Amino acid sequence: MIVGNRKPLEEILQLVKPYKKILLLGCRECITVCAAGGEREVGVLASELKLSRAKDGGEIEVKEHTLERQCDYEYVDQIKPFVDDYEVVVSMACGAGIQYVAEKYPHKIVLPAINTTFLGVTLEQGLWAERCQGCGECILHLTGGVCPVARCAKSLFNGPCGGSADGKCEVNKDTDCAWQLIINRLKELGQLENYEQIIPAKDWSTARDGGPRTRVREDLRLT
Amino acid sequence: MKTNSNIERLLEQGAFVVTSECGPPRGADPEVVRKKGNLLKGVVDAVNVTDNQTSVVRMSSLSSCIILKELGFDPIWQMVCRDRNRIAIQSDILGAAALGINNILCLSGDHQSFGDNPKAKNVYDIDSIQLISTVKQLRDEGKFLGGEEVKGKPALFIGAAENPFADPFEIRAIRLGKKVNAGCEFIQTQCIYNVEKFAKWMEMVRERGIHERCAILAGVTPLKSAGMARYMKTSVPGMDVPDSLIDRIKGVPKEMQAEEGIKICVEMIQQLKEIPGVRGVHIMAIEWEEKVPEIAKAAGLLPRPQAQA
Repeated sequence: MIVGNRKPLEEILQLVKPYKKILLLGCRECITVCAAGGEREVGVLASELKLSRAKDGGEIEVKEHTLERQCDYEYVDQIKPFVDDYEVVVSMACGAGIQYVAEKYPHKIVLPAINTTFLGVTLEQGLWAERCQGCGECILHLTGGVCPVARCAKSLFNGPCGGSADGKCEVNKDTDCAWQLIINRLKELGQLENYEQIIPAKDWSTARDGGPRTRVREDLRLT
Repeated sequence: MKTNSNIERLLEQGAFVVTSECGPPRGADPEVVRKKGNLLKGVVDAVNVTDNQTSVVRMSSLSSCIILKELGFDPIWQMVCRDRNRIAIQSDILGAAALGINNILCLSGDHQSFGDNPKAKNVYDIDSIQLISTVKQLRDEGKFLGGEEVKGKPALFIGAAENPFADPFEIRAIRLGKKVNAGCEFIQTQCIYNVEKFAKWMEMVRERGIHERCAILAGVTPLKSAGMARYMKTSVPGMDVPDSLIDRIKGVPKEMQAEEGIKICVEMIQQLKEIPGVRGVHIMAIEWEEKVPEIAKAAGLLPRPQAQA
């Protein structure tokens, strides 16, 4: 899933300072699962905004609304009937959702309430961790199912570096060394011979470096 | 001989080589580099020049190399993968060779979070092993990574670093083998304090026959004090400082600890020299370059054979 963090209240207050009528837009997908921008968080932020504005003696109207997805036109279209009743949209979706709302309503100011952080997993209740950077060319079959691009601080393809100690990364003692994990897993799978192979320089053109990416399924397209 | 490298020549002659290092200054004054260099004159066969080590911005490694070359040294140009993509890397390799640099040390580089620009974006387009392959390909095949022909191949003697003490221990020799397969011709190790563990690593290296394809230079760093020993043990990632060593330095009065540190370093060099497959020593006296001549002399490494510097 895409994981994000809600921005600090102070920052959001600063963003909405000039406005009195706000459409606060949540998303029921990933950002709900990682407890950052779902219906519940929309409710919390709405109360915080109202309380804070009331304390300053100002007025504010916050419309709470949570879409099934903000990254899909059929759901983003659903706010069309009432979006113009508000001065701004404050989106609690990931960066993709925020942009899609802005793209669909070009005349509307859309403000971000979420800092999108990574593609990851839920490790346990309340704990998420990064697993993928969407580089466009997966090599998990070579590395025991552990991604060196996303999980090594230096994205080394032939790690570990000299800073790996006691299974931890030199950058942060709470972070596992990805290459220690890779080697452990290769050993367990009897695939340590994979490690002996030099992985050549990566083709980054499939990643962000190649420019914004699109995906087309001609057979599914209607036009 | 593939290059004009002094250490390549000496290693081919079977000499036990001595290298040291020079960290460029945090400013544009070339005198600082010359001063440090002059401390090492006649004592070493080649001198490493670090590339923004610990991710702290310093005078560029290549510029400092040229200043040292003007003094008559054969510099070992360190290059990290943190700050340059493959375009800049290949371009700098050609430039260095054009300026008469004969040695390159290929490194991943410390993560930028350790330095004075922790907000920087890192590059890591290629890693240190891929960098080794890149230099080799440019030099031996005369081909750029993009496949085009290089007109005027860069003749660089290719080195890398290895930490025999980093985890996981059991793959360290395998990883070194990967570096050698990629084209690495000499290795300078992380500073050694645990000779026993290093000897075990060398055993794994010999079992794989790696020492026959690549010259291993054992790294040493003299300890200035018990405090420094403790710091190395607890705060430097991947460093193995046995308690017995810390106790030995702690056992002498504070004003004598530096001297004891030098003594330990000299003894260590003598022990390392005896380990089969060790072809030289890399003395890293961090901000203590003036002690390198004393260490080299006491360890019986002087005079240097026909050194260029």
